[in-house]
Amino acid sequence: MTSKFSGTERYVATDDLMMAVNAAVTLTRPLLVKGEPGTGKTQLAEEIAAALDKPLYRWHIKSTTKAQHGLYEYDAVSRLRDSQLGEAKVHDIGNYIVKGRLWEAFDSSTQAVLLIDEIDKADIEFPNDLLLELDRMEFFVHETRELVKARHRPIVVITSNNEKELPDAFLRRCFFHFIRFPDTETMTRIVAVHFPDLKRELLSEALNAFFRVREVPGLKKKPSTSELLDWLKLLLAEDVPPEALRTDDPRKSLPPLYGALLKNEQDVHLFEQVMFLQRRQQR
Amino acid sequence: MLNRFFLTLRDAGIPVTLTEYLALLAALDARVAVEDVDGFYYLARAALVKDEKHYDRYDRAFGAHFKGAEQAFAALAKDIPADWLRKTLERVLTEEEKARVEALGGWDKLMETLAERLREQRGRHEGGSKWIGTGGTSPFGHGGFNPEGVRIGGQGGGRRAVKVWEKREFRNLDDTIELGTRNIKIALRKLRRFARDGAAEEFDLGGTIDSTARNAGLLDLKFVPERHNAVKVLLFLDVGGSMESHVRVCEELFSAARSEFKHLEYYYFHNFLYESVWRDGRRRQAVRTPTLEIMRTYPPDYRLIFVGDASMSPYEIMQPGGSIEHWNDEAGAVWMQRLTSRYPKHVWLNPEPENRWDYTASVGITRKLLDERMYPLTLEGLDRAIRALRA
Repeated sequence: MTSKFSGTERYVATDDLMMAVNAAVTLTRPLLVKGEPGTGKTQLAEEIAAALDKPLYRWHIKSTTKAQHGLYEYDAVSRLRDSQLGEAKVHDIGNYIVKGRLWEAFDSSTQAVLLIDEIDKADIEFPNDLLLELDRMEFFVHETRELVKARHRPIVVITSNNEKELPDAFLRRCFFHFIRFPDTETMTRIVAVHFPDLKRELLSEALNAFFRVREVPGLKKKPSTSELLDWLKLLLAEDVPPEALRTDDPRKSLPPLYGALLKNEQDVHLFEQVMFLQRRQQR
Repeated sequence: MLNRFFLTLRDAGIPVTLTEYLALLAALDARVAVEDVDGFYYLARAALVKDEKHYDRYDRAFGAHFKGAEQAFAALAKDIPADWLRKTLERVLTEEEKARVEALGGWDKLMETLAERLREQRGRHEGGSKWIGTGGTSPFGHGGFNPEGVRIGGQGGGRRAVKVWEKREFRNLDDTIELGTRNIKIALRKLRRFARDGAAEEFDLGGTIDSTARNAGLLDLKFVPERHNAVKVLLFLDVGGSMESHVRVCEELFSAARSEFKHLEYYYFHNFLYESVWRDGRRRQAVRTPTLEIMRTYPPDYRLIFVGDASMSPYEIMQPGGSIEHWNDEAGAVWMQRLTSRYPKHVWLNPEPENRWDYTASVGITRKLLDERMYPLTLEGLDRAIRALRA
């Protein structure tokens, strides 16, 4: 029986997240995690690996990644070259099979955690190409006629940013969790984990300012947890007093160091306008 | 008890399957959730619900089921026997259909309409497309599937949703659903195929043989650059007036497609093409791009896509000075001819339904100008348009 995951010192997991992780760990089925960018999807895999003390294999997906890359690649070109140079190793085709991340995770002597990061970045058929591999945790190497089977079914964590719809057949094989944007309470806990000695006053003002920014309708990129943490780091480094975060001052509508929260000038502009309108209404 | 729960979820429009249900049972068997409702709630959600947009529906179904209360459906429909509604008559669906049957959307709105419909309905009904019953295609009742449910329920009934529905036309409209946000993904696949069409082998076999031979038999590998995503697109979007509601969808579609195209340039116009277009809606009067400049800037291998309803007064196309916004020295038709001869691969996507085109003279004129290369902005139309662009 595997031990239960319940968050770590650096990672606050909500009840539903814990349940999803534990279900996936127990049944060794893939866990698909979705959520806004910056809510700690990728970090989840790292934390699971750390909490359960298992090796982590990361497979970051790009738009050009093919499913085959995760299994293995056959380097025919260097074999061809070696054959001309008369190298002895050319007779064993196995010398030219380069293992992919999935293979490495299957090969691990203890149960491993495999992170397939941002699966939606890849081609639309990508998840379909991995169905069998993730289901049975095995695949066939045609060049060497070898069946690679996972020694221990790895814990697979898959993250998606929702850029592409994933196929039904793929979804059916996963557990699913959507990381919601944390509410103020959870956010306070998260911040406390990262900045244990943050002054309470500064924290509550910062959170206020942060959620105020998030509430502005129509922002192109809403600031997320990771941006809040960056911003707090900056506030601490600059030693900004809590009073500076209040926006009673009519001349200044933007919070200090807003660059960490708002990442494009349209959003900054929009935020200023909304704040301006709000103040005018209050009067 | 859980079997009933499973069926309840299906009735609520969550696409749960047997595999997922078995996974849940296996998880329960492995004691992942230990006898508390919250745990079970989370576990069942992780196992059965694969899309956050179904979470709300799941919550309701869960609440309804485990309160022991009758289903919301049944509660409203007091005069309908519960077992009738529960009867699990399902049409066998293809995967494709399932994707399209993206549930019923805005619950409250649906319930409202349902209550109304119930007041109208007398007696039992099976099949059909309007009344509540089993095995039909109305968005109400169950065991039935309605590919148009999104539009009717979710988007608050488009301009003509209910009427179309009463005419029972929608069963045939399967692949001609208007592009909604949900369908963009599917449409994208088509665009992607189109975009990746030019992808070539990186390994240059001919070059390698040639060069190896010249190299006295010593292997000399040659590669050619991958011709990936070579498609370049010039997009002209009609804005204003009747187009307002469509433009957002189009824009979403093409901004999502952006990563697929190496070059996607977009411009806006109003009603028809004249001597200038613009890029920024807020500064359309101040910052405009001359159409001639566009024709100079982008080479003819760009594909031209117009998106607009082409519904206007024929004068706006045929007459100098016909534009409703400004004085144009040359007629829109002249500009259109210039553009289409510069860019031989062009299509016009029209968000208006195809069967209505004949009622508007300007649509006919535009089609003539474009050699009939006008397609409806539906999945099926997009498919045809892309084929035309490829050819």
